[in-house]
Amino acid sequence: MKPFTYTRAASVEEAVRSASSVQGARFIAGGTNLLDLMKLQIETPAHLIDINHLGLDRIETTAGGGLRIGALVRNTELAADRTVRRDYAVLSRALVAGASGQLRNKATTAGNLLQRTRCPYFYDTRMPCNKRRPGSGCAAIKGMSRSLAVIGTSDACIAQHPSDMAVAMRLLDASVDIIGADGARRSVPIADFHLLPGDTPHIENALKPGELITSVTLPKPIGGTHVYRKVRDRASYAFALVSVAAVFDRDGQGRFAFGGLAPKPWRVAAADAAARSGAPAVAEAALDGARPTPLNAFKQQLTARTLASVFRQREARA
Amino acid sequence: MKFDSPATSNPIDRGRVVGIPQDRIDGPAKVTGTAPYAYERHDAAPSAVYGWIVGSAIAKGRIKAIDSQAAQAAPGVLGIVTHQNAGPLDKGNMNTAHLLGGPQIEHFEQAVALVIADTLENARDAARLLRIDYAPEKGRFDLAAEMGSAVAPETGFGGPADTRAGDFDAAFARAPVRIDQRYTTPDQSHAMLEPHATTAAWNGDQLTLWTSNQMVSWSAGDLAKTLRIPKENVRLVSPYIGGGFGAKLFLRADALLAALGARTVGRPVKVAIARPQVPNNTTHRPATIQRVRIGANRNGVIDAIAHDVWSGDLPGGGPETAAQQTRLLYRGDHRLTTHRLATLDLPEGNAMRAPGEAVGLLALEVAMDELAEACNVDPVELRIRNDVQHDPEVGPSRPFSSRKFVECLRQGADRFGWSRRHPKPGQVREGRWLVGMGVASAFRNNLVARSGARIGVDGKGHVTVETDMTDIGTGSYTIIAQTAAEMLGVPLAAVTVRLGDSRFPASSGSGGQWGANSSTSGVYAAAWALRGKLAEKAGFAPDQAVFEDGMIRQGNQSKPIGSLAGREGLWAEDQIEFGDLAKRYAQATFGAHFCEVGVDIDTAEVRVRRMGGAFAAGRILNPKSARSQVIGAMTMGVGAALMEELSVDTRFGFFVNHDMAEYLVPVHADIPEQDVLFLDELDDKSSPMKAKGVGELGICGAGAAVANAIYNATGIRLRDYPLTIDKLLERGEGSALA
Repeated sequence: MKPFTYTRAASVEEAVRSASSVQGARFIAGGTNLLDLMKLQIETPAHLIDINHLGLDRIETTAGGGLRIGALVRNTELAADRTVRRDYAVLSRALVAGASGQLRNKATTAGNLLQRTRCPYFYDTRMPCNKRRPGSGCAAIKGMSRSLAVIGTSDACIAQHPSDMAVAMRLLDASVDIIGADGARRSVPIADFHLLPGDTPHIENALKPGELITSVTLPKPIGGTHVYRKVRDRASYAFALVSVAAVFDRDGQGRFAFGGLAPKPWRVAAADAAARSGAPAVAEAALDGARPTPLNAFKQQLTARTLASVFRQREARA
Repeated sequence: MKFDSPATSNPIDRGRVVGIPQDRIDGPAKVTGTAPYAYERHDAAPSAVYGWIVGSAIAKGRIKAIDSQAAQAAPGVLGIVTHQNAGPLDKGNMNTAHLLGGPQIEHFEQAVALVIADTLENARDAARLLRIDYAPEKGRFDLAAEMGSAVAPETGFGGPADTRAGDFDAAFARAPVRIDQRYTTPDQSHAMLEPHATTAAWNGDQLTLWTSNQMVSWSAGDLAKTLRIPKENVRLVSPYIGGGFGAKLFLRADALLAALGARTVGRPVKVAIARPQVPNNTTHRPATIQRVRIGANRNGVIDAIAHDVWSGDLPGGGPETAAQQTRLLYRGDHRLTTHRLATLDLPEGNAMRAPGEAVGLLALEVAMDELAEACNVDPVELRIRNDVQHDPEVGPSRPFSSRKFVECLRQGADRFGWSRRHPKPGQVREGRWLVGMGVASAFRNNLVARSGARIGVDGKGHVTVETDMTDIGTGSYTIIAQTAAEMLGVPLAAVTVRLGDSRFPASSGSGGQWGANSSTSGVYAAAWALRGKLAEKAGFAPDQAVFEDGMIRQGNQSKPIGSLAGREGLWAEDQIEFGDLAKRYAQATFGAHFCEVGVDIDTAEVRVRRMGGAFAAGRILNPKSARSQVIGAMTMGVGAALMEELSVDTRFGFFVNHDMAEYLVPVHADIPEQDVLFLDELDDKSSPMKAKGVGELGICGAGAAVANAIYNATGIRLRDYPLTIDKLLERGEGSALA
């Protein structure tokens, strides 16, 4: 951990101002990912701006009947929220499928969206990694890639996005509310928030320097049967090999988002359109264009099977 | 005391303290945070500064140059140790690779420098500034590719490389039923909670190490040898250990570099091996490739059995002796076991959680399940039919000291409800789950080792035991206190136990499940000596004196032992030495594992639903901590079966998943109800305690029971551990999976 300076921001406006004026500044919220990365010097901020006390921890309904979730709402709190459990059950289920109870107590809504990959080569600073050190190469593509992404990847990077929460957010068409250094506010659909690696795997999202997420907004509830199904190598406290978030309505229409498969929460319109055709068709549409490695090709079959499990769960509830 | 003939009736048989479930006497210190661990010896070395280990970035080759200028100039840096300034160093008897590398590099993450600074953060940051120029060389990292060049290793802990009896080839060729399969197990990491850690301080030429080590005497000797100083100049203190599992049997880089660092900066230095460094810097359980061949008649009675094992290690290293159990477990006149060792340039392979049997049974016990199916015999019954009451390689002249194997199978099966198992795989479904049951035998050698102790009683009748024995979370403190209390007729609360200091009499240490039986026998020997002294003071005949309620009694005369000890107290020291009973009798511990799993019909996720085990391991000294050990070991068996694997990157020659986020061990959610039954057994040929080892028995076979349950649930027979989703799906066609 390199020496760094630390301030506790007094207001959102001050936080973004100082983030854009101080070289190498980063925001810190729960710190469940950033502090680990700092100890390994994968992240080396010169300055930390603590945003834990800015009142960004509220959950409130919007004028449009949706839900605005403050950036600093902890995962535990969000998963337990009565409205979330009733109207956005898939989000609650995705949250409790992630990490451990202790981590969820600390981890925040915005921080979860920004968490970085679990590619093992990203974590070892002696190894080449285009995400960690642009241009150094990718050790993972021909290495131990079993857990890594099969679609949306590039020749530069096959790192997967590790979040469960973000998969549900993607399914629910959330938007990410952002404030810039000049105080200007904008909202980015979550579909556009996470970026695919292309030639620049170190650029992972649409945030511009100094910008701060203030909240995540969910549109009004869509009803239906909510399912989150996560498949991993042990029963708890492990990242997804494959996860599926799904909402089905009464007439068999559905929507699907996937975790563990791609550099971002993965959702494809054609997969939603295939809902009535069943799990294999949805999987085929979702993974059209996949480029797996020999070690992670099983994720394609596992996706179809996880979807089969999801369809089975839906039938059981219907 | 020499133990060279079977034990007769002795004070331990009273069973007032020994054999009764007892809470750990060290429990309150641990849960209140007052038990001092090696990295937190603020009491002993308050001025300690911090060392950070720099590990090699290459697996094989040499260091061309080290530029330490920037690191040296970094804030708070007090000194840097490398091979260039460490002075001449030897290598410990128990080490394969050098603990400080350079200029030659023997494996990835081999320590090449220690950076010492005023704070941990400064040391860690400065370590990043060290510029090391390497000349890498091509290494050998793939066991399967090196099988052809593997050679027979020298005789070591596991006995000779090969054993033979009868004519295996001929008998196997004519057997009506033949099993011939290949199994693999991966490299595994101990993953104990506390990483290796040491605080070191010099006082003149006297070195004190507060460390975390299972074998105090070995490691004090190896440190002295490495530093080329007399062993009596080294004091090694290791009273509390946050898990070892074999990772701390030996001197490791934390200890050596803390000592070198403290010498360099002239003040105490503490060093912990950082968690992401542990798998590649320290030792691991090596991967194996195993071939098991069994020839039997149509009733499943074995005539020919062979087990061939390949593993790899650094030059000068040893094999994984995975065929050990096959030498002793089942009958059969025609037998063959072989071990072959390939040279690999991966980090050092060595002992981990029941070396040998833990992975050997993962192969043998699946082969037995395959034989049961081939013969259409129930797997429990098959094992009973192949029981043998003597060493099958030698014959009836070498009987087992005790062997309640069949009883374990029968009682374990009853308790578990084995009769409800459907003999045909893939037949039982509950909701989304395919349900299956599996059984496997448990077997682990019973090793014993010389062990010493001293024991004293003070004027108030309070007893103190001192030995360099270690407690690696297993419960040594308590069983030693129980032994002393039983021998001297005092309550458990009247005994203080001091462990893990090289100033105390040398013990067996903790490893190979020999610690409990051996070290309590050492305490038994010392207590006999003290009883003799007390009897003499009382004017009683030592062989007629009875010790109870804090008194020594003969006939209707009795005296408090405290008053006999007097103000200055009375001490005695002795050690137990084991004669040739282990040669005359085959000595081992036995059991049977039962497991029920559910396999998701769509995703092939495996969930263990129930486990049960029945074990016979001599006298169970403390049933409470023995149960804890066994359920922990069964949990490790689940890990080996389902998830534990160090992934080798054969391009760079290292274990990629070298942290606890990526190296998976079972979590609470993976472990359901575990039922443990200990059979009543006293083994008079094992020790005066009539106990045997038990700590490692619980892992031996547990994973195979999981594998066999998966087969019973799905009809998918996997032979490459761990048995993960991807492997099940690959074989999903034609199985019970959807």
